[in-house]
Amino acid sequence: MFNRLLFLFLMLSITLPACRPVDRESTRQLKVITHDSFAISEEVITQFEEQYGAEVQFIKAGDTGTALNKVILSKESPFGDVFYGVDNTFLSRALAEGIYEPYDSPLLSAIPEEFKLDAQNRALPVDFGDVCPNYDKAFFRTAGIKPPESLEDLLTPEYRGLLVVQNPATSSPGLAFMLTTIGRFGEDGYLDYWQRLVENDMLVVNDWESAYYNEFSVHGGTYPIVISYGSSPPAEVIFSDVEIAEPPSSVLVEDESCFRQIEFIGILQGSHKRDLAENFIDYVLSPTFQEAMPMQMFVFPVNQETQLPEQFAKFASIADSTAKVDPEAIAEKREIWLQDWTETVLR
Amino acid sequence: MPLLFLLLFYFFPLISILRESFARAGTDFTAPFRTIFNSSGFRKVLGFTFYQATLSTLLTLCIGLPAAYLVARYRFRGKKLLMSLTAIPFVLPTVVVAAAFNALLGPSGWINYALMTIFDLSSPPIRVINSMGAILLAHIFYNTTIVLRMVGDYWSHIDPRVSQAAYTLGANKWQTLREVVLPLLTPSISAAALLVFIFNFTSFGVILILGGPRFATIEVEIYNQTIGLFNLPIAATLSVIQLLCTLGFTILYTQISRRVTRPLNLRPVKYTQKHLTTWKSRIFAGLIVTFLSILFIAPIFALAVRSFISFTPIRQGRTSSEITVTTAYYRELAINRRDSLFFVPPINAISVSLGYAAITVLLAIALGLPAAWYLARGTNRTISNILDPLIMLPLGTSAVTLGLGFIIALGKPPLNLRASPLLIPLAHTLVAFPFVVRSLVPSIQSIKPRIRQAAVVLGASPLDVFRRVDLPLVGRALIVAATFAFTISMGEFGATALIARPEYPTLPLMIYRLISQPGSLNYGQAMALSTILMLITTLGMLTIERFRIAEIGEF
Repeated sequence: MFNRLLFLFLMLSITLPACRPVDRESTRQLKVITHDSFAISEEVITQFEEQYGAEVQFIKAGDTGTALNKVILSKESPFGDVFYGVDNTFLSRALAEGIYEPYDSPLLSAIPEEFKLDAQNRALPVDFGDVCPNYDKAFFRTAGIKPPESLEDLLTPEYRGLLVVQNPATSSPGLAFMLTTIGRFGEDGYLDYWQRLVENDMLVVNDWESAYYNEFSVHGGTYPIVISYGSSPPAEVIFSDVEIAEPPSSVLVEDESCFRQIEFIGILQGSHKRDLAENFIDYVLSPTFQEAMPMQMFVFPVNQETQLPEQFAKFASIADSTAKVDPEAIAEKREIWLQDWTETVLR
Repeated sequence: MPLLFLLLFYFFPLISILRESFARAGTDFTAPFRTIFNSSGFRKVLGFTFYQATLSTLLTLCIGLPAAYLVARYRFRGKKLLMSLTAIPFVLPTVVVAAAFNALLGPSGWINYALMTIFDLSSPPIRVINSMGAILLAHIFYNTTIVLRMVGDYWSHIDPRVSQAAYTLGANKWQTLREVVLPLLTPSISAAALLVFIFNFTSFGVILILGGPRFATIEVEIYNQTIGLFNLPIAATLSVIQLLCTLGFTILYTQISRRVTRPLNLRPVKYTQKHLTTWKSRIFAGLIVTFLSILFIAPIFALAVRSFISFTPIRQGRTSSEITVTTAYYRELAINRRDSLFFVPPINAISVSLGYAAITVLLAIALGLPAAWYLARGTNRTISNILDPLIMLPLGTSAVTLGLGFIIALGKPPLNLRASPLLIPLAHTLVAFPFVVRSLVPSIQSIKPRIRQAAVVLGASPLDVFRRVDLPLVGRALIVAATFAFTISMGEFGATALIARPEYPTLPLMIYRLISQPGSLNYGQAMALSTILMLITTLGMLTIERFRIAEIGEF
């Protein structure tokens, strides 16, 4: 009895997906693979769907690294047409594995050169965000200490035991901050900087959630400086449980203390819907989509013709100059840097 | 049939990913193995994995066994609730457990706050997060329920007259425990210990989030190698090592349990359990219940309370933050404030979660019962000797590796399931399957062949024997198995996150989505949704408990 039921179920499970209307392979369905943090408003997507008589299906494939690995491993029979979300720390891996087809979108002219890291336009820049030290404004006000103004400040006795960071091996903001120090102090100097941070009683945790919600003093922890995003302060205002006029935290952006994460979009090699995929990428790079991104994903648009929403323009910080590390160097030396960092900081 | 399922949804994806990974290493297959055994870092990881798993399992048994005795031998009010509460950790995502521990033991948690106020200290005296203590505590928190359920259930059907006979023959309490009770319990204790050990051995979230950056198990290392460094050959090698270890433990377990298992006279709980009448038993029960309450109810309670409390940040002119009671987080859950395409009302996520869980329970039992039957009763020893360890393998497999395997293997017709929502209950079943089998085997083995033979002699058809003899005897174990399958599905996170269709998120997935964004409202909603998850799970478990298949009668 069990066996028969089970057999029936297995058969159903194999055949059902094929006949469900949503999954039917229509020519006008576009599959977009992305990471877990992707978000967009219904209105913006409906507008695209109506304009092109198409249907967009999003597939979330885990965090950025996981999603990329899945796309790479399935490149022989891709499970989507467009992949949104590779960032500059993973870009070289994506390009080396040849997952994208080049596409010279006409919208690229509205995007500054500094974002275009792939000369062949296989991966097109789509948004960016800065990873910077955030600090608790109230703590520094009550303690009578001035908020930090540079990365060097964090080494002084005044800031002893105030900083919590994430492990670069397990956390994306953690990796970004390690890269900041490499860009800022050079490959020869960054370990020395970290050594001195350790001596100044810095705390290391593995994930952003623990750092931000358990250790950061804004949310009840005891560390008033945390590594987070330049867009975290406006998020604190928008996602506050009581209405507040200004964010409880602020960002240290001066003096190359941030790392700029740039995200890319591209058409996957082997997609049979090249035209629709091109239309979608043009739409994503157009002001309509770009203007919706800040409030949905808390990232900044790359299209220069885009207006920032009011709360964003007011509270979000964009660093004037960020620490720069070449994407190819990241791919090549990531492992060595991480090993050296682990030796210095955790042992 | 169970074998076909394993072949299709386990071995096929696993072998695909391993083949693909090793292909990337070039021609020399042994190179990654040499790298691993020559590196002191990797050897340390191997050593630590064994060390923490052993220690965690021993501690879990120390706490679980006395508690199992209590629920097996005594009848008292609130027992079912207590059992359900201890199973709640099973469904909580690690980030939420970390938040719960933090609310209690964190730098500004209740306990530190109390200690600081009482002893007038300037800094928090207890620091649990990022320590070995946090890992052990979390493993006990997660796994005690396995011991409590598997051993407690088995124990409750062992005839107390056996121990009474020992007393009559002059044995004292300890002798009876050592010579009579423990040997009888060994099949279920070793089954529970095996599951707990493998769970700890492959621990990921607890090590990562609560243990902090100084600790790494093989599973954590597999994740780092796969996602961070994309070194697939090393990751695959580590997966193979982890699998071989699992296989080793299971074979060891099979050897032990073969030697000790014997048919027993199972008795209905009506005869084995008594009320707490003596003072001694009341004190014992009081101690155990208090201890379990501190361990389980306090963090769960802390979570639930947190979901109703809002901390107003310190504003100009004020020195301390304000605390207000609010239901805002719950109300916010149902509002799609930003017109998000991926917004799912909590009620839908609850139905999705429950739907997956129902399919998982049915599927896991349908697969697990025949498999367990064959293992316990099969006449061909060689086949069951091979089959037994294979069934445990899914538990010892790295979720990262298997997830990638699904992507490669299940992407081509006729098995194109990659983006199908059905893949989720299938993945859950894979995890639940070993639990179901391990819960059922000891009970089935303990059925005396004489009883079945008697039934046949009295003219019962095979179906009658199954319905009137076997089913009543394994009925309780079946409930235990269903409860495991249910909770595993409700709480599973790793496999679900792998191939998720954003339209059908499970509750843990939604909790994670909320807690990974800044802002007190997001955090509050994550706590609210966790509370809902705990509530739904408790209700679900109590419902399963009500399913009386049949009670053991008098034979």
